[in-house]
Amino acid sequence: METAIEVRGLVREFKGGIRAVAGIDLDVASGEIYGFLGPNGAGKSTTVHMLTTLLPPTAGSARVGGYDIVREGPAVRRTIGAALQEAALDPLLTGREHLKLQLSLHGIRRDARETRTKELLERVGLRNAADRKIGGYSGGMKRRLDLALALAHRPRILFLDEPTTGLDPQSRSALWDEVVRLKRDEGVTVFLTTQYLEEADVLADRVGIIDHGRIVAEGTTTALKAEIGRPTVEALPAEDTDAAELEAALAPFGELQPSTKGVAVRLDGHGDLADVVRALDSGSIHVADLHLHAPTLDDVFLAKTGRSLEGSEEPE
Amino acid sequence: MIGQVLQLARRSVIRTIRQPANWITPLIFPLALMAVNTGGLHAATSLPGFPTDSFLAFFIAFPFIQGALFATVNAGVDLARDIQTGFLNRLALTPMQSPALLIGHLGGVIVMGFVQAAWYLAVALVIGVRLESGVAGALVLFLLAVLIVLAFGSFGALAALRTGSTEAVHSLFPVFFVFLFISSMNLPRNLIETDWFRTAASLNPVSYLIEAIRSLVITGWNWEALGLGFSIAIVMSIVGLTLSSLALRTRMART
Repeated sequence: METAIEVRGLVREFKGGIRAVAGIDLDVASGEIYGFLGPNGAGKSTTVHMLTTLLPPTAGSARVGGYDIVREGPAVRRTIGAALQEAALDPLLTGREHLKLQLSLHGIRRDARETRTKELLERVGLRNAADRKIGGYSGGMKRRLDLALALAHRPRILFLDEPTTGLDPQSRSALWDEVVRLKRDEGVTVFLTTQYLEEADVLADRVGIIDHGRIVAEGTTTALKAEIGRPTVEALPAEDTDAAELEAALAPFGELQPSTKGVAVRLDGHGDLADVVRALDSGSIHVADLHLHAPTLDDVFLAKTGRSLEGSEEPE
Repeated sequence: MIGQVLQLARRSVIRTIRQPANWITPLIFPLALMAVNTGGLHAATSLPGFPTDSFLAFFIAFPFIQGALFATVNAGVDLARDIQTGFLNRLALTPMQSPALLIGHLGGVIVMGFVQAAWYLAVALVIGVRLESGVAGALVLFLLAVLIVLAFGSFGALAALRTGSTEAVHSLFPVFFVFLFISSMNLPRNLIETDWFRTAASLNPVSYLIEAIRSLVITGWNWEALGLGFSIAIVMSIVGLTLSSLALRTRMART
């Protein structure tokens, strides 16, 4: 399959020797949705800035749409669309004016601009708000316009940098639908950075997990979870149950895990949920609740970095 | 590239129109200050050697320069805001050629400068100021006013591109204002009695910009004053544009 994005040993150092991206390799196939997952400060946005030619790399190389990001910047920009982390819009311009400006800067002819503007406004559901100034748009509307601007010149590759951060569930769902539609109907390759596990799970064909500027895991979400492989059983002790007694009962089934609610054990193959239930029953240990957790991407992150992705925050 | 320049200039003009404070202030404030100063300093016309008996005609150059300062700072702030909000990155992601951004941005400033010049001249004529250089002089006056706006505007853009901070651009205004006040704004240089002030005014390029505009109003065709004024405006424009272009290259580090 044709490669849309090819990255080799990409590094970006900032002043003071800070390595935001510390040598990453990745390949994104044409027509694929690639989820780039990591906590704040992991290097996601720096990677996107390099791949979209906004920031020269310190070392390494990358080709986007077949063009070298350093030597063929203008060609890369003609090939890609990008909605960056902040929906940078001019509060004094209307949605329609934004689109016309974007289209004209992409060299689209005046008559085609009119048609394409209408088409894009319709697609992102902003037809009725087209002539309102951006200052009056909601966060969701701004994100939708941002997406329309990124799609204005029909790019083959789309970069979306945390596109749903701060959006309400309805707007988030609408944006997910549009991303899926772009891949399905137009074959657009999507490089999507996110810190939301669910987003990567729902949208991405493959996921790359980045931490401290390095890719710590890569593959399909199913494969990554299978790699972790082991579900966790979490038990919430009943009021009259001793937590220590519960821990002792669960310990033979695997490694005990931190749990805020009760006692959790990651099963290591010495029994399944039924065996756990039998053990609790034979020990007359009462539990208020019992859960079986299938592995999540957070478990993958935890396994690879020793930290949980959710709630892991570092300033970028 | 011309299309890109026109679109960006159009955006700059739209932004100005939609921020009334950005165009009402430059249209009203300099004229208000002129009215106050003219009332207070009218007696200066009786000084021996004062070049005209109308202080209003003498002082009409002031709004042109002050208006240029306003336009410059407002434009610089707009550019700095584009940097702060990431809008510059949005533009950088398009095939836009970098010089188009600067030219388009300054194009908007020039349009504003032209409107201001027309307004100041119209008000001056209505209140009885006579242009000694005639209709041709008015055209030259427009050209010079626009050139001055371009010169100042390029320095506003430079400040925005170097700092990326609206606050830093705002802080330029008092600096420019000092240049304006330590000039031959209120009196001809040869009538300034305080030595250090006369020296400072003579070293201050703004004096020559004012004197060039003033000469068209009260003298007619003073080639020396015009030559100096145009030369300074052109040199300032070239220096400002060159430095701004370099700053833009650094700011837009795209490959």
